[in-house]
Amino acid sequence: MCDTCGCNVTEANRNLIEAGGKHAKTDSGNEAIEVLHNLLHENNHRAAHNREHFDKHQVLAINLMSSPGSGKTALLEATIDALAGSDLSIAVIEGDLETENDAQRIRDKNIPAIQITTGSACHLDAYMVHDALHELALDGLDIVFIENVGNLVCPASFDLGHHLNVTLLSVTEGDDKPAKYPVMFRASNLNLLTKADLLSVLDDFSISEAEKNIRNLANPAPVFQLSARKNQGMEQWIDWLKQQLKHYREHLSQGETVLPDIQREGQKLHAAG
Amino acid sequence: MHELAICQSIIEQVKNIAAENNAQAVTKIIVQIGPLSGVEAPLLQHAFPIASAGTIAKNAQLETQLLPIKVRCNLCGNENEAVINKLLCSACGAWQTSLLSGDEMLLSSIELETEDLEKEEEKSHV
Repeated sequence: MCDTCGCNVTEANRNLIEAGGKHAKTDSGNEAIEVLHNLLHENNHRAAHNREHFDKHQVLAINLMSSPGSGKTALLEATIDALAGSDLSIAVIEGDLETENDAQRIRDKNIPAIQITTGSACHLDAYMVHDALHELALDGLDIVFIENVGNLVCPASFDLGHHLNVTLLSVTEGDDKPAKYPVMFRASNLNLLTKADLLSVLDDFSISEAEKNIRNLANPAPVFQLSARKNQGMEQWIDWLKQQLKHYREHLSQGETVLPDIQREGQKLHAAG
Repeated sequence: MHELAICQSIIEQVKNIAAENNAQAVTKIIVQIGPLSGVEAPLLQHAFPIASAGTIAKNAQLETQLLPIKVRCNLCGNENEAVINKLLCSACGAWQTSLLSGDEMLLSSIELETEDLEKEEEKSHV
């Protein structure tokens, strides 16, 4: 998507591009060709296709990212319970290296779940999500959660065709994780501090420190505390989901989609420049 | 970890460009990486021989150019370089900044060995 609008040209590489033509000769007589494609050009192309598919069905796709064991599946279980009786209809795409365990936990609650097992791959990519979408009927759904592989590094680099990033940080992991994994936390549209019921027994996790570390990444995204197990803070999370769905569908009605924050900001900046 | 997947994506793109230009070989691949892309240059270098083996780029040199992190302050307009986990304004200290560069992961350019060098030479003078 960045190949025609010039948004690949940043302050740091503009001089390199303007120095030579599109086709220039090297000293050895070889042909040099400017490309300026994203390294994940193919993945991003497929991601855009996935996003169109979601948009056609007006389904908001949310990418859940965190380290393993921070409570992504527990959050989804609690979300399903909290939405029972509401008019919101959801489905889940689960990413793990092995096992159907997580999908089964979701299916036990009568919610459609597709399990992607990545083998040794440390992240989901747009191709895997595309394959999963072949097995998932989107008609009548409102939100699809894509539970990424538990990993604070690799998933942040791959566009899946989703609309929003939600990053979980369980309070047992430590408040410095956003400073240690900046690529991931810079990309989040919402940060959830999970297992917050344990805060009373942890003397080394500071909510304000965690928030400061997120702000240091120039990320204005809200920070919510919740406990899926103890059913605390779920209302705020559900309200946020409803708000985002409304916002997304308003955009669709104007012929626009919603892109994860980073990309939108990048495009806005480059267009202005 | 994911650098092999990224290398494979690079090789796919390079193969297409080489075919479009009727190249015999790819001699050099230049990529630009910003620290906030999540791509590690040394890991990319390690993965490259595996991804390029048996392809038209098997003898190509992979050059990784690291780009700096630069931000512009949304409040005071100052522009400065920043470190990866402190994207702050150096003038007023605000965190409300926009990234100018530093998240790039770009296939910048490639160098090809083409069959008829003289002919290409003539074309470029037209």
